[in-house]
Amino acid sequence: MNRDGALLYRGKMEEVISQRLIVSVSPHIRAREDVRTIMSDVIFALSPALGASIIFFGWRALLIVSVSIFFSVASEFFWQKLWRKKITVGDLSPVVTGMLLAFVLPPSSPLWMVAIGAFVAITLGKQIFGGLGYNPFNPALVARAVLLASWPVYMTTWTKPFDGVTTASPLGIVKMELDQRLPSYLEMFLGNRAGCLGEISVLALLLGAIYLLYRKQITWHIPVSYIGTVGLVCLLFNRDPLFNIMAGGLILGAFFMATDLVTSPLTRRGKLVFGVGCGLLTVLIRFTGGFPEGVCYSILIMNMLTPIIDKITEPKVFGS
Amino acid sequence: MKRLFSFKGGVHPPYFKELTSGQPLRRASLPKKVVIPLSQHTGRPAKPIVEVGDEVKTGQLIGESDGFISLPIHSSLSGKVLDIKPWPHPLGHTVLSVIVESDGRDEWISDLTAHEDYFRLSPEEIREIVNSAGIAGLGGAAFPTHVKLTPPESCEIDTVILNGCECEPYLTCDHKLMLEYSQEILEGLRIIMQTVDADRGIIGVEANKTDVISLLEKELRREPGIKLAVLKVKYPQGAEKHLIDAVLKRKVPPGKLPLDVGVMVDNVGTALAIRQAVKRGIPLIERVVTVTGSGIKQPQNLWVRLGTLFADVVSQCGGLLGNPEKIIAGGPMMGIAQYTLDIPLIKGTSGILILSEAETFPEGDCIRCGKCIDVCPVNLMPTVIAQHVQHTDWASVRRYSPFDCMECGACAYVCPVKIPLVQYIKWGKEEVKERE
Ligand code: SF4
Ligand code: SF4
Repeated sequence: MNRDGALLYRGKMEEVISQRLIVSVSPHIRAREDVRTIMSDVIFALSPALGASIIFFGWRALLIVSVSIFFSVASEFFWQKLWRKKITVGDLSPVVTGMLLAFVLPPSSPLWMVAIGAFVAITLGKQIFGGLGYNPFNPALVARAVLLASWPVYMTTWTKPFDGVTTASPLGIVKMELDQRLPSYLEMFLGNRAGCLGEISVLALLLGAIYLLYRKQITWHIPVSYIGTVGLVCLLFNRDPLFNIMAGGLILGAFFMATDLVTSPLTRRGKLVFGVGCGLLTVLIRFTGGFPEGVCYSILIMNMLTPIIDKITEPKVFGS
Repeated sequence: MKRLFSFKGGVHPPYFKELTSGQPLRRASLPKKVVIPLSQHTGRPAKPIVEVGDEVKTGQLIGESDGFISLPIHSSLSGKVLDIKPWPHPLGHTVLSVIVESDGRDEWISDLTAHEDYFRLSPEEIREIVNSAGIAGLGGAAFPTHVKLTPPESCEIDTVILNGCECEPYLTCDHKLMLEYSQEILEGLRIIMQTVDADRGIIGVEANKTDVISLLEKELRREPGIKLAVLKVKYPQGAEKHLIDAVLKRKVPPGKLPLDVGVMVDNVGTALAIRQAVKRGIPLIERVVTVTGSGIKQPQNLWVRLGTLFADVVSQCGGLLGNPEKIIAGGPMMGIAQYTLDIPLIKGTSGILILSEAETFPEGDCIRCGKCIDVCPVNLMPTVIAQHVQHTDWASVRRYSPFDCMECGACAYVCPVKIPLVQYIKWGKEEVKERE
């Protein structure tokens, strides 16, 4: 470049630069990932289980999931509009909440109850605390707890896969010592048993879980410590560990509910503590409580302890 | 495959090194003027010893070191002192600077003392040479090198590590130096080892620099005391403490220095500068800088005289491409954003990064994903610190050890809701310091 050219050029450059230069603190590049990518991964990971529920319970399963998602998104939109907050339904988090809620409902749930559940999940579970990130409890489980208390009959009516005949859940059969055939391990693994929409197929859930682990959206700490604790305690008290791991909502809960980012501890050590706590509470409720299943309440209780766990599991500074 | 050395945590940002790694290392033509800040290092600024109107030569002392933790400053051109006045500095304030107008002749001072037989020099003599050559760490921190070369009596240094990781995305200046000056750098390493009486030397290089690795492997066959350590490609692999951890499995405790575990780490560029000063008597008046980014026409590495304005460097690289949105001194992870191109290149400037499409990141609410904690190489809880800063709860900020944060930016990089964690932590540090 010749002399004058350079000078002219600099004159022009200053003009350009005075228009706008961003001056901010480092780092100046950021990872592509945002909430939407995380939630898309979770939705993708939940889809095998959705497929399994359609196979075993028919198209009504899809209807329930759709209603739940629709009312979750609508509720989120409603509150954000009402409180003049930024509309963030595009981050897909209400879709995940809707899916998870539907997954912990019986296949025969009336649609109006599903809709109320979705509204409760978003309202009491999330928006009342200030939205995503501030909610202490897993929104889908909050809704499930509320529905269980309000409509216990609907929430504990189970149907057989394929024919829709009323039956008891495997854990229920054991708890009430009913004279009914328990599903085989293989049936439970594939999902051919009574239960909530999304919890039945261990295979489908594991496929999704592997995907989430691979994508690093969850770490192994909570699921392994949670399921491991349940298995160990069962061994100790002479109960069938495999049955207890596959029969209820444990797989769904351990991989998809207890690992909820917002409501579980921040550190890996904290996650281990959390998982063990969930495991102990689950067997405690199952073996001694009034309900045959304890996953939902265990996770909710541990959610409550998350701030304390965060405090006591602060990692050690490098080198100390 | 050989297991690569590494540390726990860290991130994998896109590297963008191919923008410049294939380009030859060129020498920039001399600028018409340089603006030489009297502070280009950590410590006390130098005191000017020239006056407006003085004629100076290249390499001439123009600023005297002011105490032990300080450095002298030399003119990087021959010509006339135009002015001595405060000037914007890449670290973000104005600094008293000597402005020299080039006479176009680049006439050097005549009394350069070369020491071909450097192995005869005593440690004191080497330190003196390094000090008067004005050498500061060229990796970015710019700590006076002679101070580093003076470990307290109680510390026994057994290993010197040369840091050639260059883990910052975009930057390739160390890569280029290692390719073209490998023997000189090795010589520099030997001089450092001799000075601190260490008998082991290690050069740490990230695995992506395959050409450097094969070159060094060849050259090190003749160097029994020096080893090559190939490190995993991960940011911040070049962080001093983590490099030591990766290579030697020694952990430097918080608040301590590498020499507390018997190690000294120097950047490869610094080793080259030491070699040039000792063996040829040349003071530090130029460095290699990576000029790169989406906003520059011809990204490349250049030898540039210290004090050259960014604008002059940019115009030697074909000029700007499109509208610049961000101008960064250094790399994208730890570099400092500038508000003008009229700032001078200093000893610690490893890169001039110009982004034509800098993204701005609206800050969301923490979703407690814990990723910032997982990637923090120091095992801090960035989100917790940031939260306490937001609540201006300085006592709690303090409790979560913000001062151990090296501001590497890994946490903020990975955060899905783009919380400017480093900014919060910096703010926290300042507030806590003020209260103490
Ligand atoms: S807290 Fe500091 S040291 Fe840790 S990742 Fe963030 S910037 Fe790096
Ligand atoms: S990475 Fe961001 S969202 Fe995740 S815990 Fe840290 S601050 Fe919160």
